[in-house]
Amino acid sequence: MTYNTILVLVGVGLLGAGAGLVGSFAVLRRQALLGDALAHAALPGLCLGFLAVGERNLFAMLLGALITGLLGVGLVAVLRNKTRVREDAAIGVVLSVFFGAGIVLSRLIQNSTTMTGSKAGLDSYILGKTAGMIAADVMLIAGVAAAAIGLVAFLFKEFLLVSFDAAFARVQGWPVQAIDFVLTALIAVIVVIGLPAVGVVMMAALLIIPGVTARFWSERMSRVVVLAAAFGVAMGLMGTAVSATYNKMPAGPVITLVGTAMFAFSALAAPRRGLLARAWNRRRDIWQADYAEVLRFAYEFEEAKAVRGLAEFQRVKSWSPHRIRKLLSETLRSNDATFAMSPGYSLTATGRAKAIDVVRRNRVWRRLVSDYPDLVSLARPLTNESPAEYLPSLVVADLETKLVAEGLWPTLSPEGVR
Amino acid sequence: MNQWFEANSLAIWTIVVGILCNSACAILGCYLVLRRMSLLGDAISHSVLPGLAIAFLMTGSVSGWGMAVGAAVLGVLTAFLTQAVHKLAEVPEDAGMGVVFTSLFAIGVILITRVASQADLDPGCVLYGLIEFTPLDTAPLLGWEVPRAVQTLGPVLLVTIAFVTLLWKELKIVSFDPALAVAMGIRVSLIHYLLMAMVAGVTVASFEAVGSIIVIAMLIVPAATAHLLTDRLAGMIGWSVFVAIVSAVFGYWGAVRWNTSVAGMMSVVAGLLFATAVVFAPRHGLVSRFARRLRLSLRILREDILSRLYRAEESLTTITPKSLPNATRSRWLALMQLKRAGQIERSPGGWRLTSAGQTIAAELVRSHRLWETYLATRLDLPPDHVHSPAERMEHYIDRALQEQLARELADPHRDPHGRPIPHATIRAEVTVE
Repeated sequence: MTYNTILVLVGVGLLGAGAGLVGSFAVLRRQALLGDALAHAALPGLCLGFLAVGERNLFAMLLGALITGLLGVGLVAVLRNKTRVREDAAIGVVLSVFFGAGIVLSRLIQNSTTMTGSKAGLDSYILGKTAGMIAADVMLIAGVAAAAIGLVAFLFKEFLLVSFDAAFARVQGWPVQAIDFVLTALIAVIVVIGLPAVGVVMMAALLIIPGVTARFWSERMSRVVVLAAAFGVAMGLMGTAVSATYNKMPAGPVITLVGTAMFAFSALAAPRRGLLARAWNRRRDIWQADYAEVLRFAYEFEEAKAVRGLAEFQRVKSWSPHRIRKLLSETLRSNDATFAMSPGYSLTATGRAKAIDVVRRNRVWRRLVSDYPDLVSLARPLTNESPAEYLPSLVVADLETKLVAEGLWPTLSPEGVR
Repeated sequence: MNQWFEANSLAIWTIVVGILCNSACAILGCYLVLRRMSLLGDAISHSVLPGLAIAFLMTGSVSGWGMAVGAAVLGVLTAFLTQAVHKLAEVPEDAGMGVVFTSLFAIGVILITRVASQADLDPGCVLYGLIEFTPLDTAPLLGWEVPRAVQTLGPVLLVTIAFVTLLWKELKIVSFDPALAVAMGIRVSLIHYLLMAMVAGVTVASFEAVGSIIVIAMLIVPAATAHLLTDRLAGMIGWSVFVAIVSAVFGYWGAVRWNTSVAGMMSVVAGLLFATAVVFAPRHGLVSRFARRLRLSLRILREDILSRLYRAEESLTTITPKSLPNATRSRWLALMQLKRAGQIERSPGGWRLTSAGQTIAAELVRSHRLWETYLATRLDLPPDHVHSPAERMEHYIDRALQEQLARELADPHRDPHGRPIPHATIRAEVTVE
């Protein structure tokens, strides 16, 4: 690796970390696409910066980009707050008109005869290009990114407060508007310094993907932010490495696709919030509910002194034969029931204790629907959840008394099952 | 005529291409803006890129039905994936959209740069398009040499118009009240995905000719402009098409004038029209909003002055300009208006009510004191708490409400502070007699 390669990697790594940090706040504040608008709105500023200095000077160009970018975000806010234009349309208008203006200016620069030479290399800002960056540019990017990271660390608590509950922060006397502006300006700074490496279109990806991906792995914002920074670094480094190794691999798209892969993996495999984990938990919940139902039916069959073979269980609920066989064999395996040819499945002592619980809950829920029609919206008759957790205790007590009086309240004593 | 056409055919055809493409985008854009899905249009116009690349790889050409199908598939896929990421993975909708369209766009860029760059399909062309070169690529149609882009975009515009006309009622209900649409048995998600497929189709048809920048601009800006100008769907579509056409014409003119990108200039012109609408729109513009607010505050100020004078005369004190409501600049304006209307006149040391002014002031004070009485008796507010709410409310109590209050309070003669409530004035024409 040459010195320049290492420098580029460090620069892009810091950029990724910064983007991950501020991006997770942007995602939290539902401003994900504001970053996209910002990146597009920065284009005319790049050109104006070039026109102002008359040569390719990254600092001037990025300053111009920052100014028009912030102007664009400000316009979105004004349109949203003061006119009939809604936020999505405001973002779209600013994004497309500013970008159109940027194209106009960049074509002006390219067509003008007075300014020859590299023509600012404006095209590389659309899709990003890490390979051609010179050391001084990388230093600038890395320095600004590092400063932004430091500022986020310093103002972390303030940003958190304003992002989660701006109204509360205002009541507490925090300068919400100032904090809000600093955060937006930080997002703008990161977006702008990202343009040379990642490009206008894909900057949104570097901003959004780390934050969204980190969200799958933790519920705590402090951890989400650190993880997002790490994901941002990974995106930047891996993307740049791949882009530098292979021919015809623009940096921006590769960085984006590295992020997409991380996002897809996290969305699937993250513990607790991943799709697989949630599907597995759902399966387990349904199984537990079904198992409780089986115990209830077993009890109610015994109560009615009915035959209780496989066919009977199958008749009372639309379980598949395979499902009911699995559920019943589970009752035998966990010693909740025994089986004899006649009368079929009988609950054991432990099984009966469990079943009585289920039956009680079920009867309270069902009775609630008929006796307290006002409270129907609270009823959860198809679950095995405890009524006491959802209903006023007076109501539960009343329903219990009624059920006891009618002999429908199962007890552990032998006469519970006649 | 024919000579003039020959001489300017390049400009005319470019503008025609612009008008066709912009109008198709603007019509569909109205539904996107109304459904608050503008950014989905933006996302789709980015993410059709891999569809283009794959269709190009399979068919080997940069135009034709392969491209349209590839784009439509990707358009629907974008809308679908955005929903899936939002619903299944519980990612906020805007962030999910950001992930989906940037990823698809990235795939498209890589496919194009790696595989298709030897053909005349490159990311730059797709982004900015070269609308100014479209007239050069012609094909014969009915004996005329007509640019290929016109032959693509013409039918596209017709299909768009047909789509909107045939599904007019459905699209309207889905846009304004999706819940009602579901209740009426309209298949909302089918309409949604059809719309997305249309957006993708128009996007791709325009790509080749004019680039994606202008597609995004024309999907959103004309519709957002039109939304400021009217409250009717048909009117909105009409206005958005008007904006689209004006942008095409003046965008071309500006681009030639300053020798720059036509597509970029068209978006800038659309942006200027939008800015004009934001400021000057008749009902929703900033100026008219400001004027409305100014008129309201002047009316309130006039009424405050009248009732202040009435109270002063009631308590036999004279009133000077100093003791009038405290808003220096507009106070002068309000006084002039009252004087012109013959409701007040100069008196030594200040102003006094004319008889016409007295009638109006009595009405206001009656409203004020009736409301005070109502607050005191019905809401049990202490007498020292009723003045300031009544001071605000008096401007909004019309005659009907006044009569209702009097009826409910059994026509009281004194307010909670013990001051007399003026009698309901008999209609003006009776007093004149």
